Amino acid sequence: MSEFSSTLLTAVSFGLLFAAALASMLVGRRRLWITWLVFPLMGFAGLAALLAAGVVLLGNPGFNGTLPLGLPWLPWHLRMDGLSAFFLALIGIGTITSSLFGPGYVREYLRGPYPLGLLGLMTSLFIIGMQLVVLADDAFFFMIAWELMSVSSYFLVAYQHHQPANRRAAFLYLLMAQIGAVLILLSFGIFASFGGAFTFDAFRAIQLAPIWASVAFGLGLLGFGMKAGMFPVHAWLPEAHPVAPSHISALMSGVMLKVAIYGFVRLTFDLIGTLYWSWGVVLLIVGSVTALFGVLYALMQNDVKRLLAYSSVENIGIIFIGLGLAVLFIGAGYPKLGSLGLIAALYHALSHALFKSLLFLGAGTILQQTHEHDMGKMGGLIRRMPWTALFFLIGCISISALPPFTGFVSEWLTFQTALQATILESGVLRAVVPITAAMLALTGALAATCFVKLYGIVFLGQPRSRRVKHAREGTSGMLWAQGLLAGLCLLFGILGAPTVAILSRVVAGLTGSHVTSATAHGWLWLTPVAPEVASYSGPMVLFGVTLALLAWGAVYLLLCKHRRLKPIQRGPAWGCGFGRLTPNMQYTGTAFVMPIQQIFRPVWRVQEEQQRELSTELRSHPTQLGYQLQIEDITWRWLYQPVMKLIQASARKVGLLQTGNLRHYLTYSFVTLVVLLWLIS
Amino acid sequence: MVDFLNPADWVFVWLQTALFVLLAPLFSGWIKWLKCLLQNRRPPSLLQPYRDLLRLVRKDVLLADNASVLFRGAPYIICGCTVLAASVVPLLILHQPISAMADVIVLVGLFALARFFLALAGMDVGTAFGGMGSSREMTVSALAEPAMLMVVFTLSMVASSTNLSTLVEHGLQQQSVLRPSILFALIALIMVAIAENARIPVDNPATHLELTMIHEAMILEYSGRHLAMMELASQLKLTTYAVLIIDLFFPWGIAQSASAAGLGVAAVAIAVKLSLLGLLLALGETAVAKMRLFKVPTFLAMSFALAMIGMLSFVILESSK
Repeated sequence: MSEFSSTLLTAVSFGLLFAAALASMLVGRRRLWITWLVFPLMGFAGLAALLAAGVVLLGNPGFNGTLPLGLPWLPWHLRMDGLSAFFLALIGIGTITSSLFGPGYVREYLRGPYPLGLLGLMTSLFIIGMQLVVLADDAFFFMIAWELMSVSSYFLVAYQHHQPANRRAAFLYLLMAQIGAVLILLSFGIFASFGGAFTFDAFRAIQLAPIWASVAFGLGLLGFGMKAGMFPVHAWLPEAHPVAPSHISALMSGVMLKVAIYGFVRLTFDLIGTLYWSWGVVLLIVGSVTALFGVLYALMQNDVKRLLAYSSVENIGIIFIGLGLAVLFIGAGYPKLGSLGLIAALYHALSHALFKSLLFLGAGTILQQTHEHDMGKMGGLIRRMPWTALFFLIGCISISALPPFTGFVSEWLTFQTALQATILESGVLRAVVPITAAMLALTGALAATCFVKLYGIVFLGQPRSRRVKHAREGTSGMLWAQGLLAGLCLLFGILGAPTVAILSRVVAGLTGSHVTSATAHGWLWLTPVAPEVASYSGPMVLFGVTLALLAWGAVYLLLCKHRRLKPIQRGPAWGCGFGRLTPNMQYTGTAFVMPIQQIFRPVWRVQEEQQRELSTELRSHPTQLGYQLQIEDITWRWLYQPVMKLIQASARKVGLLQTGNLRHYLTYSFVTLVVLLWLIS
Repeated sequence: MVDFLNPADWVFVWLQTALFVLLAPLFSGWIKWLKCLLQNRRPPSLLQPYRDLLRLVRKDVLLADNASVLFRGAPYIICGCTVLAASVVPLLILHQPISAMADVIVLVGLFALARFFLALAGMDVGTAFGGMGSSREMTVSALAEPAMLMVVFTLSMVASSTNLSTLVEHGLQQQSVLRPSILFALIALIMVAIAENARIPVDNPATHLELTMIHEAMILEYSGRHLAMMELASQLKLTTYAVLIIDLFFPWGIAQSASAAGLGVAAVAIAVKLSLLGLLLALGETAVAKMRLFKVPTFLAMSFALAMIGMLSFVILESSK
């Protein structure tokens, strides 16, 4: 019965998405169709997907099936297990919120030059692609779904294609997506060449030799890492996220990166199966570097969405740290701790899906209302958009891993797993894991700094430009989408134990080891290893914070009468005796992070330019001051540009063959023919 | 696991928290008193911080024109988080239900949450001082918080637990062997505590309106009961750090069960140890000059490095398998 219901709900979800795609193609000039037909269809598709996943996550068996599509001898295999269901649920949540947000957001495109039908069509295809990736059960079908996801999202990134910068970003994205896909294909190719079949079942049955397993792992890490935003192959993220429409950025950053994580988890823990601890060390190093690099670059950004994109890199690093711990512990013979690490990684994937979607939607609301990308022109938005400000604040607290929100629980679990490193035999490993924990701690603290900067500059203080001064709140749909995500951030921060119980079932399907101890003391207490080792109770912490807020309420009510007689006085803030404060006197984003820029200077390529025009009468009195700062991603200089140069140089070398002379080409054909004949004989 | 639904235990939790909050101004008054004596000034009464707080509570609040709701809510959240953090740290008695609610990592998280709001409140009005204070506070904490976590991790690995009561109990049972890891952790934690509580040589709690200030710059716009709450929160934070250092490194005397004799011993022990720690802090603040702001990162990087060395010396040298 339940198997039937999950199958049915999945089918309904796909049906609705195809309907949405069809409706978008028919939109033409009837632009209201988008708001009243396409987005609701997508929203219900997301809901159906979420329900289908929920049925499986609650302990019912998933389904298996084949679709008689594709090549005649290669039907498409579909399978829903716990892992697929978990990621399908993430896709569902992302789809629901972005389709709630979408109608309000695309209003600015209504009178623009870009066809709305294309946006609806590509969004539907994008979601279909992501859902198929997590459901695919053979390599062939997986790659088709993967490509559908990549190509449709390319069109979404390139949607506002009149600006050349957007076209460039989209091309970079497509290029890296394709290189990544090739690497994944090669990784699957190793399995297929040893097993002779394309189904994942056949892949699971093969025991690869360690060297081939390592090659498959390495290719998969690079391929999926390219999509997920792993350092140093993250370059497309900070380019593509800012230029896509905001609800698409939310989907791409919140959900698509998780689909890449899904692919990696499926490959490593399910298909390869036998894990080696050395892979764990690789993952830990990659994860720590990615996390630290991501947050340091996020700190320096002044474009809101670019900052969020780099912060996604950071969070992907944290997820990789969790996965690394899992591989390391399983490889060293502690499957229970390995499961805990995997749970931490998946929990963080969930957390990141929630708060990053929330923050991108918030950034979208700001962008739509102020038409500003640059933080340096914002300020004081908390008074103009109080609800967005509240939800954005919740997102910022969650992403800074502070209690009682969801980001804290996942990082806490990662820390708890890392602290079990004393159990390991090898002294080197015992040292590597704590160093990773140190990097994670540093990352967390820097992330808090980064988001204090973002929130403080954008929402607090005084408005720094006219348009920001007159911004208004977004539509109710946009607010509901953010409110929903903010509520989920709080909910998963509090209900740590039930979530871990569900994740434990998901993970047990991969590692074969349940983490029953984590939830043995009821829903109130999360005890990853044992209660005397560590415990956390989200509800109780929330209770404490609520008490503080209640105290505020009590003081407020107590003073109500007093206030009526004598209202709270307001006066101008003190300007050190120089008259009133002006918005220019505030700290800017660049100034805020200047101390950190001084500390970690070698990490960036910083180009500073100061201009000073001195007064002609009084030499010490400047009439105009200017400051320009450019922060360049060092990977461009050290990785991408050399590779680009190499490719161009070799292309030029190959180009020597192309003489344009017909006789030369005839010679080439003749030589080729002779060589081929010689090979055959 | 502790029976966390026993009402008698929760009475203890509330009483201990109340004691903590009441004690905090006295502790900071004690440090001020000692510092005055050491610097040949006439000290104020030990009760002066209480009088200051009362005076502030009685005064009316004056808000800046553009202060937002976050500015008004922040004192309550900051004070609440700090009280919550203080309630987690065992003052007189171990094994309370609340120590199962939040372990040391949560404790660090609660302080971080308070700091998050403090920094935001500093930026709310849009003065240059507020932004400056927030920027510096977050920079200091970006380095101090990981160092603190490293210390906590070292101790948790030694005791194989992050639960505070278990940590303290482990410290009690241990023979007083001087382990290098614990020593490094102690030095690092003291450095972190100095930085986090805005004491000399990182910040000077006694100055206002100086270009080097950090903490005071953020709360410059506060007045009346809001300021009182901010002051109480910072006094409580200082006391919590002091008690935490005592608990983790010098736990002798703390009561393991609720008996009158045990509690009496614990009360005397903690009073003596806190006054000694206060004396050390006052001595240090009198002897050392405030360092230049640009040197602070070096100081903090040093504490981070020490904490890390402590941890590595534990995992490599001491934990034998």
